[in-house]
Amino acid sequence: MQFHKYDVVIIGAGGAGMRAAIESGQRARTAVLTKLYPTRSHTGAAQGGMCAALANVEEDNWEWHTFDTIKGGDYLVDQDAAEIMAKEAIDAVLDLEKMGLPFNRTPEGKIDQRRFGGHTRNHGEAAVRRACYAADRTGHMILQTLYQNCVKHGIEFFNEFYVLDICLTETENGPVCTGAVAYELATGEIHVFQAKSVVFATGGFGKVFKTTSNAHTLTGDGMGIVFRKGLPLEDMEFYQFHPTGLAGLGILLTEGARGEGAILRNASGERFMERYAPTIKDLAPRDIVARSMALEVLEGRGAGPNKDYVLLDCTHLGAEVLETKLPDITEFARTYLAVDPVVEPVPVYPTAHYAMGGIPTNIHGEVLRDNDNVVPGLYAAGECACVSVHGANRLGTNSLLDINVFGRRAGIAAAEYALSRESHVELPENPAAAVEAQVALALSEHGQERVADIRTELQATMDANASVYRTEDTLKQALHDVQALKERYAHISVQDKGKRFNTDLLEAVELGFLLELAEVLVHGALARKESRGGHAREDYPNRDDTNFMRHSMFYKQGDGLSADIRLDYKPVTFTRYKPMERKY
Amino acid sequence: MTATAETTAGSRGSQPPVPDGAVTVTVKIRRFNPEIDDEPRWDSFDIPALPSDRVLNLLHHIKWYVDGTLTFRRSCAHGICGSDAMRINGVNRLACKVLLKDLLLKGDKQTTITIEPIKGLPVNKDLLVDMEPFFEAFRAVKPYLVTYGNEPTRERIQSVADRERFDDTTKCILCACCTTSCPVYWTEGSYFGPAAIVNAHRFIFDSRDEGAEERLDILNDIDGVWRCRTTFNCTDACPRGIQVTKAIQEVKRALLFKRV
Repeated sequence: MQFHKYDVVIIGAGGAGMRAAIESGQRARTAVLTKLYPTRSHTGAAQGGMCAALANVEEDNWEWHTFDTIKGGDYLVDQDAAEIMAKEAIDAVLDLEKMGLPFNRTPEGKIDQRRFGGHTRNHGEAAVRRACYAADRTGHMILQTLYQNCVKHGIEFFNEFYVLDICLTETENGPVCTGAVAYELATGEIHVFQAKSVVFATGGFGKVFKTTSNAHTLTGDGMGIVFRKGLPLEDMEFYQFHPTGLAGLGILLTEGARGEGAILRNASGERFMERYAPTIKDLAPRDIVARSMALEVLEGRGAGPNKDYVLLDCTHLGAEVLETKLPDITEFARTYLAVDPVVEPVPVYPTAHYAMGGIPTNIHGEVLRDNDNVVPGLYAAGECACVSVHGANRLGTNSLLDINVFGRRAGIAAAEYALSRESHVELPENPAAAVEAQVALALSEHGQERVADIRTELQATMDANASVYRTEDTLKQALHDVQALKERYAHISVQDKGKRFNTDLLEAVELGFLLELAEVLVHGALARKESRGGHAREDYPNRDDTNFMRHSMFYKQGDGLSADIRLDYKPVTFTRYKPMERKY
Repeated sequence: MTATAETTAGSRGSQPPVPDGAVTVTVKIRRFNPEIDDEPRWDSFDIPALPSDRVLNLLHHIKWYVDGTLTFRRSCAHGICGSDAMRINGVNRLACKVLLKDLLLKGDKQTTITIEPIKGLPVNKDLLVDMEPFFEAFRAVKPYLVTYGNEPTRERIQSVADRERFDDTTKCILCACCTTSCPVYWTEGSYFGPAAIVNAHRFIFDSRDEGAEERLDILNDIDGVWRCRTTFNCTDACPRGIQVTKAIQEVKRALLFKRV
């Protein structure tokens, strides 16, 4: 066991983690612990843009952006947080530009902006050009720019350190976060990092689904660790399905394509979004477009030999727009489906994409331990967190915004908190014991179950039963399946017993997090007997503000994989926007 | 380090159902685990795969159902994160961007795919190499925007043409395909290598940047751009289609004529 001491420890090196590190690293002694090399993080896969009301190409203001975000989230958004995000978006974009991000430019040399789903002029009148972008690799450029600036500021990284636990020390006023425990992939050694503050920025858990835009490594580690500590997770039933994944593969094709004018068509060539969202059509928010696509297929209007997808038609955009503004997705279609978007429409279908829920925080990134109290020293930002700025459905581009605005806020808050404490709070006794036991158990001979089999079955049941449309029956099936898989997980076999880069062990540990988070998702989806945003219940097709205009809060009751889940609720914060029917 | 005996590894239990349209291919992988091996060896696996599979799918099949000790990096699985650079049939590629159908032999002959770790970096285990020397070279070229004086309140203005000037080199995902395909890098590990120069280029030709001279000084060094012998391996290897050799030539020209 090795021991380290820092002011601030940041877990995860995607957009939120590195944005936090740039702030924290300039103020306090900071270490970034990351499962992957920083530039491998999935922020790099984001394509279309980052919204901010710069008004560089047409009239816009951040109040409209706030409204769009709240309406897009089906009014489950905490309005104070949305307001902060939309207001600080402008500086967030300008900061990135000053850090070197090569945004596309207008003819006057200003940052160019494009249209994006659900972002409108004057409270829904028409689509507005608000998304700042760098071709269709905006996330890649954000990740690179943030890493470049981490290099510039000499941020200290511990690459391929897989954090498996955090240290909570009990005090008179409740638990305080005092560090993190990591497994070093290269050596199999356990490291304890004592810290005054810890920031989670570990991303999402899209790998609970089979068809997903998410990376193999997005297994909800941070959310899982927090949940196992008895701390709550918020709004986990709200999971976003991005409308345009490459059919059958799930690889993302940016909404920016529709922002540039691409059109969704069914088998007969009809522009079906005109029926579902007459005003903004193909640029409706993702939950609405994904459901519309699923309905087209369910009602027999799907394209292809099995009528199981729809078509994204980019052919009228012309080769030049595709090659210059959408080069990556053009190449994805060519490489993975052998379809050339310049001359033929691309088969697409919704793909599991983004967790609206996560670790509940306030607007400073401080993690909540219940509806009212924070865990001093513990912070979270980005997809793993729930502020909540996305409510029941995130608008496109608002995730890149979220990581920059709240990553920055969490980094500043964590550093200032650390600087305000004279000394480190003592670690709990044997801080590494739980992780050592977990690793030893996984490596011991105790069963014959293969990780890949359990994961494949988990993903299959989640795709079949907890996807775009859900019912009581499908969700009960999913819950039954997930719980049975958890029992089998107790008997997994890890074939690689070595210490050196044991990725076999890593996958086994990741699967444990996936199983727990899938169960929380399904549990929440069963309990929420309404349809709101990304959560669509066929048996409860309407939004029910009387009973469900509130955040879900999930607590793990007891230890072990089979422990119960307790569901509580938290009020939504309203400022000036009254819930209305959501039409586009 | 030469290969020793060829072995066919054992199985992790029953195999998953073979999908319709699958063909059997032989995947021959260079293995090395310093924990137990004295020197590298070759393992061969006969596995079913679809022509639409990526090579990464084949590696996953082996790891998940045949030999859990097979070790490699991967994450996004669609050519964006740069984790799974490896030498596939003798050329550097991302395993998630090569489809089996492009490797299959014609007729009924069974296809063999050879996979090795990228060359020029120390092998840590199987296909997983030590990336530190690679990132060290990247960090050495000051890969960030250098500016002096006051910052503007709004964004810096940059014309569409000025932005276009360095567009190609902003695509780099730091996968190391280019650097580890370079014969100069194999023999002289102190050479910065193409990827570091690409990232220097990205800033040298950015109209907003004021650090070109510092970077050019670094690249004028004995381990800098003059080591390049324009073999074009790097350009051929780049999974992002960056004109790597051209970028290196542009940096050389900037040094010769002292202008960007």
